[in-house]
Amino acid sequence: MRRFTITLKSNKLFKGLVAAVFWVGVWQLISMAVAQELLVPAPLAVLSALSGLIKTMEFWRITGISLARIMLGFLSGIAAGCIAAALTTRFKAADCIISPFLRIVRATPVASFTILALVWINNDWLPVFISFLMVVPIVWSNLESGIKQIDVQLLEMAKVYRLGFLKTLIFVRIPSVMPYFMAACATAMGFSWKSGIAAEVISRPGLSVGRQLYNAKIYLETPGVFAWTITVVLISLCLEKLLAAAAKKFGSRFNA
Amino acid sequence: MAITLRDVSFSYDGNKKILDGFSIEFPEKGAVCLMGPSGCGKTTLLRLIAGLEHPQSGTVTGLEGLRAAYVFQENRLLPWMTAFDNVAIASGGFGRQPDAAVWLEKMGLGGNQLKRPKELSGGMKQRVAIARALAAKANFIILDEPFAGLDISLWQQISDMILTEYSDKLIILVTHIPEQAVALKADVIKLDGPPLRFA
Repeated sequence: MRRFTITLKSNKLFKGLVAAVFWVGVWQLISMAVAQELLVPAPLAVLSALSGLIKTMEFWRITGISLARIMLGFLSGIAAGCIAAALTTRFKAADCIISPFLRIVRATPVASFTILALVWINNDWLPVFISFLMVVPIVWSNLESGIKQIDVQLLEMAKVYRLGFLKTLIFVRIPSVMPYFMAACATAMGFSWKSGIAAEVISRPGLSVGRQLYNAKIYLETPGVFAWTITVVLISLCLEKLLAAAAKKFGSRFNA
Repeated sequence: MAITLRDVSFSYDGNKKILDGFSIEFPEKGAVCLMGPSGCGKTTLLRLIAGLEHPQSGTVTGLEGLRAAYVFQENRLLPWMTAFDNVAIASGGFGRQPDAAVWLEKMGLGGNQLKRPKELSGGMKQRVAIARALAAKANFIILDEPFAGLDISLWQQISDMILTEYSDKLIILVTHIPEQAVALKADVIKLDGPPLRFA
């Protein structure tokens, strides 16, 4: 069994490696065909730009601050999404007022919000606000359908055995909704990170990945643009993996 | 005070009446078995007694301050909890409830206390649900086809346990199998419907 899982894992790793080599090869060929570093820098040029970046303290500070900023938006978005879902499923009036608003927010492009919010919000806080705004509707709509799916039979059991509000919440409602919540977090994480970076590019707070991306573009440092983009993608993948691991650890407890 | 339904009318959708001016008085203790064809309204009657439905007209009295234990047709176990916790949660103290272990042991599930419902067979889940009802220390017990999926020697044993635990309390049983009424020493009330009426 153990041997089998190891082979499976290394097989997956091997496949990933083959795919990576293939696409880097394609990239190399394109850059050779275009033959202009300004348009498509070679993989090696990007790698050297990236390795130059990660050696600096500045890089880690900038990445850390961007991450903290966007995580703040993400976490507050989750909290607000949970509250919104609780309200819209509990009170008809809240449903009438909040639901259409969140549907509009969900359908509005990030750029529109960012440009609008630039007028009202300080540059440093804009990415927080944008990632918050992206997360709320995702968490809300997932949780809302989760709450509607709670097994009525289990709620009746809780009522007959007089579990009361708190025990019913903790032992029946929350575990029922947990798989929906985990799925919402996984989706929202990617969204909030990418939209947060997009907001940073537009608002350009002092220390931010977005500003670095923008500057690299302005100064025609295309390898820099690529290097920062790779950073964004890598962090996005790490966050995804982290969340998937958390979902596996906690989520399986709640699967029926 | 005896549990009494007086002139109770009830329908789920407002059209088809499941109960139409139905009255019944249950004894304060002892077992009563409700028998009748499927869909005649027996389960609805149980739900009214358990407070899961409210009559559209008429009254249900005698329930003030009483706690019910209910073995549903479905096991209704919390899938994310162990057999032990499923029993313990209904008996008040969650987490440390020696009674839960005792009841699971009596149900022949001593070695399965820490298993989740999905790891148990249908019959085992039903026994956990019965253990939950017995551990609940309720004032009366409702049993809606409680022995489905259990073999005869098992439900006879469990009937004895129910009789001991609820010896001076009311037991309401719904079943199609007359021997189960005998095992619980229940007075049989034959019903028909809908709307529910005495046959």
